[in-house]
Amino acid sequence: MMNHVRSILWKQLKDTLKNTAILIQFLMFPCMTIIMETCVDIPNMQEHFFSNMFAVMYVGMAPLTAMSAIISEEKEQNTLRVLQMYNVKAFEYFVGNAIYIISICMCGSLVIGIAGGYRGMDLLRFMVIMLIGHVISMFAGAAIGAGCKNQMVATSLSVPIMMVGAFLPMLSTFNHTIEKVAKYIYSEQLYLILNRQGATIIRVDTLVILLINILLIAGCFTKAYRHVFSD
Amino acid sequence: MQNAIEICNGAHSFKETEVLKQINLSVKKGEIFGLLGPSGAGKTTLINIITGQLHPSEGKSIIQGVDSTLLSGDEYKKIGIMMDHFGLYERMSCYDNLKFYAKLDGNSNDEIDERINRILKEIALFEVKKLPVAKLSKGMKNRLSFARAILRRPDILFLDEPTCGLDPNTTEELHKRILEEKARGTTIFLTTHNMHEAQKLCDHVALLHEGIIVAYGNPSELCRKYNHQRRFLIHLKNGEDVELGHERDSADTIANYLKNDELETIHTTEPDLETIFMELTGGKLNQ
Repeated sequence: MMNHVRSILWKQLKDTLKNTAILIQFLMFPCMTIIMETCVDIPNMQEHFFSNMFAVMYVGMAPLTAMSAIISEEKEQNTLRVLQMYNVKAFEYFVGNAIYIISICMCGSLVIGIAGGYRGMDLLRFMVIMLIGHVISMFAGAAIGAGCKNQMVATSLSVPIMMVGAFLPMLSTFNHTIEKVAKYIYSEQLYLILNRQGATIIRVDTLVILLINILLIAGCFTKAYRHVFSD
Repeated sequence: MQNAIEICNGAHSFKETEVLKQINLSVKKGEIFGLLGPSGAGKTTLINIITGQLHPSEGKSIIQGVDSTLLSGDEYKKIGIMMDHFGLYERMSCYDNLKFYAKLDGNSNDEIDERINRILKEIALFEVKKLPVAKLSKGMKNRLSFARAILRRPDILFLDEPTCGLDPNTTEELHKRILEEKARGTTIFLTTHNMHEAQKLCDHVALLHEGIIVAYGNPSELCRKYNHQRRFLIHLKNGEDVELGHERDSADTIANYLKNDELETIHTTEPDLETIFMELTGGKLNQ
């Protein structure tokens, strides 16, 4: 099993790093955070304003689009069928891809965190929150990629979901009505956690909303999972 | 001779559509077996069933003595497959594509390097081994797909429409490679709608029409079996064409032509596989 996971990881490093569309997703928000944190200085601006905002956008966008694009492309190019002939199990395939995506996203998150001024335990807390977000988004992307027959269908599904996940937290800071809706989305809850200070950073309602999001996405993923090698 | 592949009462349906109906066939070890049929006849579905990618709705498929639905990792290592779509990673180089699949099989890096370079030389892709697959021509991708199939030194090789859309030179080159694999003792199961390919390469063929095998046998035997006309076509040196039946009198006429040095060519009127398929189904193979 480990041989298959390692091989898939090796393949992703060789293949996806040449895929500019995916590479941009991984690099865009860390770069934007560095630029905004370095160049923009607004009086009385909330601490970690840009890093928190871009961090949540990164969570909502990068793992979701990367995972759905990788799986749907493999389905379209028929490479998944070949992997099946090499006795690669769906589980091994997901683990290989997940390690790759989460590793890159966590590197990007580290850049965002450091650029945003997080240090020590604060940085660790930031990274843990980001990890939770990346895992949820990655499963959402996997569910889309596995459930769609080709890249076009996957993109048309992942773009609106990604927009909701990535931009609602930002929009909710400007509009109270949007905030009422956005609070049910995992990315908004992660944004709220990032902005909270002190001992009460995780509240019961936050946990419940996150749990419902995880269950819903896990349900969709489980339903789509069995179609990975069967379409 | 032992059978490498056996299908007993194999049938498959996609929702309401019955794609394969009561398929019974066997492929002997070391032979080239050709499955002929037009597009949509069920050829790829049958390969998917034999290779365990699809479970048959009914019946049983056995490959190397193992039920296709129960194939394990070690058994898969004895199977090479070249699909109708290439299934290659377009952004990766030829070398890296092969290396990835060799790594999946658990080969060590030293062994991989030597074997991949040798195969790339054999199929004339060594010079472009660092080129991304996206930049290769269709013929080159086809050869690379074939290289991947033979990389694991399979006992059974599945070739799904291996020469579809290729130019005559590349087709000829691939035929040569297929025959070399056969000489190494590999059992080859190929699907095609090219009757000349089947007649040239295959030891046995089955004609598949709408999910049913309508004829099975050695290509030459099939042609003889369906030779209803039983006539000789004679072309004489003076440009005249003569048609004679399979009768006692014809022998004297032919002997006279030979004696007088008048005979240019003589042919029998055996049908080719295309004609047999049309006779049996009313349709064309190359649809």
